Amino acid sequence: MGRFVVRRLVGMVVVMFAVSVLTFLIFNVIPNGDPADRMAGKNSTPAQIAAIEREWGFDEPLYEQYLTTMEKVASGDLISYANQTNVVEEIKRGLPRTFALAIGAALLWFAMGTALGLYTAVRAGRWTDTLVTVLALIGISMPVFWLGALASYYLGFKAGLFPNGGYSEIGQAGVWEWVKHMILPWAVLATLFIGVYSRVLRANVLDTLNEDYVRTARAKGLTERRVMVHHVLRNSLIPIVTLWGLDFGMVLGGGAILTETVFDLQGVGQYFAESVGQLDVPPVLAVTLFGAFFIVLLNTLVDIAYAALDPRIRLSS
Amino acid sequence: MSSSHSELLLDVQDLGVSFATPEGIVQAVDAVSLTLHAGEVLAVVGESGSGKSVTAMTLMGLTRSPNARIAGSAKLRDLDLLTAGAAELRAVRGEEIAMIFQDPMTSLNPVHRIGRQIVEQIQAHRDVCGKEARDLVVAQLERVGIPQARERLDAYPHELSGGMRQRVMIALALSCDPSVLIADEPTTALDVTIQAQILEVLSQLRKESNAGIVLVTHDLGVVAEIADRIAVMYAGRIVEQGSAGEIFYDPQHPYTWGLLGSIARVDRPRPRRLPSITGLPPSLLHPPQGCHFRPRCPHAHEACLATPALVARVPGAHDHADRCVMAPGRKAKLRQVGGQIGLEARGAWR
Amino acid sequence: MASGVQPRSHAALPEVGRPAGLALRRLRRNRTALGFGALFVALVALALAAPLWAHIAGTTPSKNHLSDTVVVDGRTEQVVTFDGVPIAPTWQKKFFLGADTNGRDVAVRLLYGARNSLFIGIAAALITTVLAVLLGTLAGYFRGWTDAVISRSLDVLWAFPVLLLGVALGVSLALGGLKVGPLEISGDSKWIPTMIIAVVSVVYLARPIRGQVLSLREKEFVEAARAQGAGPLRIMFGELLPNLVSTILVFFALLVANAILLEAALSFLGAGVQPPEPSWGTMLAEGITLLATSPHLTIVPGLMLVLTVLSLNIFGDGVRDALDPRGKVRPEHG
Repeated sequence: MGRFVVRRLVGMVVVMFAVSVLTFLIFNVIPNGDPADRMAGKNSTPAQIAAIEREWGFDEPLYEQYLTTMEKVASGDLISYANQTNVVEEIKRGLPRTFALAIGAALLWFAMGTALGLYTAVRAGRWTDTLVTVLALIGISMPVFWLGALASYYLGFKAGLFPNGGYSEIGQAGVWEWVKHMILPWAVLATLFIGVYSRVLRANVLDTLNEDYVRTARAKGLTERRVMVHHVLRNSLIPIVTLWGLDFGMVLGGGAILTETVFDLQGVGQYFAESVGQLDVPPVLAVTLFGAFFIVLLNTLVDIAYAALDPRIRLSS
Repeated sequence: MSSSHSELLLDVQDLGVSFATPEGIVQAVDAVSLTLHAGEVLAVVGESGSGKSVTAMTLMGLTRSPNARIAGSAKLRDLDLLTAGAAELRAVRGEEIAMIFQDPMTSLNPVHRIGRQIVEQIQAHRDVCGKEARDLVVAQLERVGIPQARERLDAYPHELSGGMRQRVMIALALSCDPSVLIADEPTTALDVTIQAQILEVLSQLRKESNAGIVLVTHDLGVVAEIADRIAVMYAGRIVEQGSAGEIFYDPQHPYTWGLLGSIARVDRPRPRRLPSITGLPPSLLHPPQGCHFRPRCPHAHEACLATPALVARVPGAHDHADRCVMAPGRKAKLRQVGGQIGLEARGAWR
Repeated sequence: MASGVQPRSHAALPEVGRPAGLALRRLRRNRTALGFGALFVALVALALAAPLWAHIAGTTPSKNHLSDTVVVDGRTEQVVTFDGVPIAPTWQKKFFLGADTNGRDVAVRLLYGARNSLFIGIAAALITTVLAVLLGTLAGYFRGWTDAVISRSLDVLWAFPVLLLGVALGVSLALGGLKVGPLEISGDSKWIPTMIIAVVSVVYLARPIRGQVLSLREKEFVEAARAQGAGPLRIMFGELLPNLVSTILVFFALLVANAILLEAALSFLGAGVQPPEPSWGTMLAEGITLLATSPHLTIVPGLMLVLTVLSLNIFGDGVRDALDPRGKVRPEHG
């Protein structure tokens, strides 16, 4: 276990290094991407540009710039090129919003995906199975931002059932307002995953039902409920839990850019989307690192959970 | 082990199991009748696809396919296992009638500890606390010869060897002292040395508990070790049944001759080559008309086009029945011709 | 196991011998999958026929009709009102599905947009497949350091927030274009989103291919080929590739569906197809801001996209069911 954690920590550092270098290069080797040009504005003189280059260190070699930037990420004084705000502060501001979206949606899609997957597997071949399967496939086939925009406009703005986007601090307007602002984003973000998870679980349950140990469980004289919960569902959920961890990590790390943007939640993902439009390298770099951190972290947790759920798995590599 | 005086445990009459497939109806089990008495080992013998495993599964109520059609009756004492409701069936499964499965590698749930898997069955039938149940499990594990049984309670199936796992399966099946034990190829997946140990455990149990055992197998060596009575199945039907002595010394059906001929025996001069049955088992989708063995039988003639009944044909042997219409005298002659299907049965058995 | 359900009959033999034929027969029985497959083909045909409809409507995808009028039910209406609100669907030749704020014909743009979206989806899936098969086969066949390098790179890609990476690449390349040696791609080329989507999707297919090659290379037929003196290339393309076909087929429709969705997401964030070139993603991005006044600008391209992706998903599902022998309903024993 100890060795496993150390190896994973080393792996995490390597991955984050690779991710940061890649992101840094993407924005620094492309033509027309000179940040000094853009910061100086349209009618700038070469002298002005040169001054900005000196001030921000753009005249230094690329690896120096990279090191300086990473140092600033670590110390927390990374400054945006576009509006001179502190990037780490901005991420901290967006964090509770992104977490609220990610945690709520992830719980929702896990619960709904499991329930629907089990239901369709038990009803396999009947019309309810077909109906849910078709709905799941439709859920998978919709662009999140399209569904979000329609829900936000028709259910929020037109019907007045929900607020029309935005985020409400619990501390300011209370829990109920917060929930009201989050319901649509949770539901919209979860829709896609519910579609995926219910189908994966359905397939797993149908496979598990054919396992010899399920036959043994029935031969023992257990109730059908006990067979389904302790033997079928328990074993079918193992791959689902690992899948869930990975997707949860992706959403926690700002992966829900589209949902955040379309509901104007001002989370980390939306911050990324806005920064990238301005070619503002520091926040883009920081958010990408932030996202990679959560993905690698959850990857590790998933492996630990996997070993806990399936005694045949050892934490070795 | 006289069967006539002891209690009748299992009475199967005209059991039929068919499956509807996209290609048509498959008659997997056709008019199978069996009885099992206390303290008796009944061996159901046949090759893959003969319907012996489907018979065993159906008796446990485990033939659950929506495409399956089941006919006939199978009485466990007074309860008809084929028509029993879910709750009635649940009450006897594991308690009155238990099953040992073929593959101990896959028949135990890999994510639960073995102690828990047995406790689960005990608590489904008996009102005992966890501590008592665990003590019972330890006793059962010791009974089937598992060393350090108490420590093994917390082992996962993958931490045990194949033989140990099959012992765990047997302990599981026996944990509620069932009166009927169905063993479906219990030794097939195991090494030969382990097979002998498992058979030893089974025959020990039969002596101790007076349970009736249905042993489903394709392995005549296993049958010779332990069986009192034998039913030979071919293509969904019982083609011959009788006492072990009758089947081994005086087999009546050419298919049985073939089966017996396909095992090497150390008490005989070795034949130049083991005779084998030519051809393949028939498709159950389109079974041959009349006797199912007809297309492969070297002695088939016109009379075999009608389905032969399973009746006693040997004078004086009322419990020895077969489905071959040939006269017993002619059978005895044919059996002795070398190079024909089947080996001559002579000399001391065992 | 003695189950009577899979009899060793002669009739069963050809099925075992020709898995492709069996899969095809199973797919043919799946009416739903075939129906949606046909729908996708019809959508592709519709996209190819875009110029035809443009001719009928008498316009082009980029022609503005800001100050034009159109006769609807006998009344003359502005294509775009003075407040800037475009006309809703007229259900006639001109502006069949309405106009956008620049007075462009939505139906014509939708069909030309379909060309771009489908092109990007199919081209990206093809590139992904080639890259993934190449990487997966190399890693699985040679193992050792080749495998280490490829697998670790895929790990990094796996850990990369895919959408973040795609958006970052999309925005920066759209600005500067791409210059690799003699190859020069301008910033507004649709090859840029195509390449981005192709690259970020590689990991989904490369991993399963590698795993399959790892197990295939130990099989007897590979040993036999090696014993006959076949080189690595012969083995990889002659022996291994044919065995990967079913995996590739299962993934391909889903890769196209995924690529179309990813194109829409990138375009929505300004990192995909660049205006004025139409694609479903750019049309949606423009439409969503005008949901209150002109809902048809959001609903029309959205429905078209959902229909396309749904048809691919259902068809892909059918292909998987047909190719995956576990997909068969089997009885509980045996």
